[in-house]
Amino acid sequence: MSNPQQLRYSKEHEWLSTAEDGVATVGITEFAANALGDVVYAQLPEVGDTVTAGETCGELESTKSVSDLYSPVSGEVVESNQDVVDDPSLVNSAPFEGGWLFKVRVAEEPADLLSSDEYIALTSGN
Amino acid sequence: MSNVPRHTALDALHRSLGASMTDFAGWDMPLRYGSERDEHNAVRTRAGLFDLSHMGEITVTGPQAVDLLNYALVGNIGTIGPGRARYTMICQEDGGILDDLIVYRLAETEYMVVANAGNAQIVLDAITERAAAQGGFEAEVRDDRDAYALIAVQGPESPGILKSITDADLDGLKYYAGLPGTVAGVPALIARTGYTGEDGFELFVAPADAEKLWQALTEAGKDVGLVPAGLSCRDTLRLEAGMPLYGHELTTALTPFDAGLGRVVKFEKEGDFVGRAALEAAAERAETAPPRKLVGLIAEGRRVPRAGFSVVADGKVIGEVTSGAPSPTLGKPIAMAYVDAAHAAPGTSGVGIDIRGTHEPYEVVALPFYKRQK
Repeated sequence: MSNPQQLRYSKEHEWLSTAEDGVATVGITEFAANALGDVVYAQLPEVGDTVTAGETCGELESTKSVSDLYSPVSGEVVESNQDVVDDPSLVNSAPFEGGWLFKVRVAEEPADLLSSDEYIALTSGN
Repeated sequence: MSNVPRHTALDALHRSLGASMTDFAGWDMPLRYGSERDEHNAVRTRAGLFDLSHMGEITVTGPQAVDLLNYALVGNIGTIGPGRARYTMICQEDGGILDDLIVYRLAETEYMVVANAGNAQIVLDAITERAAAQGGFEAEVRDDRDAYALIAVQGPESPGILKSITDADLDGLKYYAGLPGTVAGVPALIARTGYTGEDGFELFVAPADAEKLWQALTEAGKDVGLVPAGLSCRDTLRLEAGMPLYGHELTTALTPFDAGLGRVVKFEKEGDFVGRAALEAAAERAETAPPRKLVGLIAEGRRVPRAGFSVVADGKVIGEVTSGAPSPTLGKPIAMAYVDAAHAAPGTSGVGIDIRGTHEPYEVVALPFYKRQK
């Protein structure tokens, strides 16, 4: 399973891009997308919402279950991915690309985000 | 009981196919191989291959096999012809449903009862116990759970696929019938049954033959789009087809009449049967004071209802969801639910489901959601 090297990861299986002009992109990992199964509904945080690291900010519903979406950082949402709202299967088909979920102006980042290698270790059960 | 999951004869094969496995009634079973939606659509339009070896087989033989089953179950087993099958139920003395079953009459005095995986031991124990009641029946009850692997091929392409690897007369095999035959050189009980709403077959074979049969079916189906299919799509297929699932639509707290399946209870059969008195009372109750009815609900929005969610109308709880999922065929979330009779008519307005605090609008429809074109 691929976990792009340049991203950072939360233990709740979100990925976070490096901030450009203070804005970072958030999505869920391929590991999480596979575990969920076919995603059929996405409720994403809206532009202007304030999200807090480690707290729920939306939900992802699949055939079998519904999962809370957590934010890996604190900040203000500046964009949410309307393509995913319209076609939630993008989360499965392109979790690191077209299936990104929202963009956030980072106010504070937790210290415990994982590197790609650390995340691989986490998800391989080590 | 041990907590170690049981594995079917096809376990290594599922893993080699990259299946996501899940615990189901103590068995480690394939949930899906890839996308459950693709598997679902393959069964509706082409064909899917299922490992159902977790189902529980119980063989009942002997001169009084039919009398025992008539006493132990609520159906009229005496009217099943050799080579035919019937959907029926086994109830408690108080009328509560212990399980829903398919009974195959394999020979003049030989029947095979197929129970749900989670209830197989309960059903085996109940039939064994009932065999000793009323002075005892001249019949043998045999636990055949380890004697069979069960492979189902379901979908419109399944007759063609099976025909290419068997000399059995499939055209002469009607829906809900079963006959012994040979498939891919392997002895099998070939049954035209299934749980998907599609035409299809269930093949009961010795576990040692299961892998050979699976591979032969895979090869025979590869040009017509047959795919391996897991329990996840089996659930959405049966939900679209309006078929009840034990533990969801059927429980010991409900009689067949409460579940809208009173027709499976045959009071006209000879002799007593377990639950008769309670079921007669339940039938009468259903006439005078209609119980909650099992209905279909189709979402207007996209949020998915799950078992246990409340059905609401005018701010009041009027029922409960028993199964819910996004329907790949309808493209919308659907649910089965028990609702008060006053709100059960198709088209009843103002019905919603409480999805984590929000009342999402739903349309009441008659079951099933999907019926195949014959």
